[in-house]
Amino acid sequence: MKWGVVRFPGSLDDGDALYALRDVMGQDAAMLWHKDESLGGAQCVVLPGGFSYGDYLRCGAIARFSPIMKSVARFAADGGLVIGMCNGFQILCEAHLLPGALMRNRSLSFICEEVHVRVENAHTPFTRAARAGQILRLPIKHGEGCYVAPTEELAQMEERGQVLLRYVDASGSESEAANPNGSMRAIAGVVNDRFNVFGLMPHPEHAVERLLGGEDGLKIFQSIAQGAR
Amino acid sequence: MLVKVFITPRKGILDPQGHAVEGALKSLGFTGVASVRVGRYITIDIDAPSAATAEAAVTQMCDQLLANPNIEDYRCEVEVGAPSAEKPATLLSGSSRKPGLAG
Repeated sequence: MKWGVVRFPGSLDDGDALYALRDVMGQDAAMLWHKDESLGGAQCVVLPGGFSYGDYLRCGAIARFSPIMKSVARFAADGGLVIGMCNGFQILCEAHLLPGALMRNRSLSFICEEVHVRVENAHTPFTRAARAGQILRLPIKHGEGCYVAPTEELAQMEERGQVLLRYVDASGSESEAANPNGSMRAIAGVVNDRFNVFGLMPHPEHAVERLLGGEDGLKIFQSIAQGAR
Repeated sequence: MLVKVFITPRKGILDPQGHAVEGALKSLGFTGVASVRVGRYITIDIDAPSAATAEAAVTQMCDQLLANPNIEDYRCEVEVGAPSAEKPATLLSGSSRKPGLAG
């Protein structure tokens, strides 16, 4: 499968995403420059984590206007697969490719730790390699990861199965303590209503080898890669 | 022409910064503080033939970039004349975005 990882000024995890896809998974992945409009024939576009444009104004607000984002929006409208991790998730929300927004963590602190997320819907291009209810251990590192959306919209999203990942404790139960950033309904990752654009705050690209502390992140990329077969 | 833009967290949206500042003010002994909201203040020096056109342009800027309608409200004030901080502000018009309006 052909992947394109977009590098914005201030992207941090682009290299790790490329490493996870190319070196660990043996996929055909290339870096895309934010000023280009070509997606290089990618079948899945990856918006990596980081602090694009210094997080000025709001996280993701300025990256959204990078030339490549026009192509990404067109690609998504045509049904192409797009995944945004952390800052990539924020960019997708700002670009209105995903519902809702990401606000300052409830604690006001930047959080860097491993969390557990539960796969809520395994019938999507981003989660099909996992089981419904499976617990994944993934790292998070963000200051603005508190997911918010209008209450009615959240209810609709739940009904349609758009909430793909939810913060839980190690045993798989939801609790206030297991929700690191105060996200509404403990949401860690959502997909759009066409199920081809996925955003998540955790970093699957940092959890692809035992040496890194775990390989649960592979489930996400394997799910996407399965679609190409 | 100077346009002042005030962006605040939308009502009903949790504002953790405002909450933290509120707690700090209370711990300093300020009584009667019911709630604090922390927002953003932006000034834009703009060439425009009239206050109305300046405001219309800034409203578009807010809708497209400066504010996130999911979580923020905004209000603009146009100050006519040179964008000098010394000059007293003349409030010509204000606007506040209503939810649901097209951007």
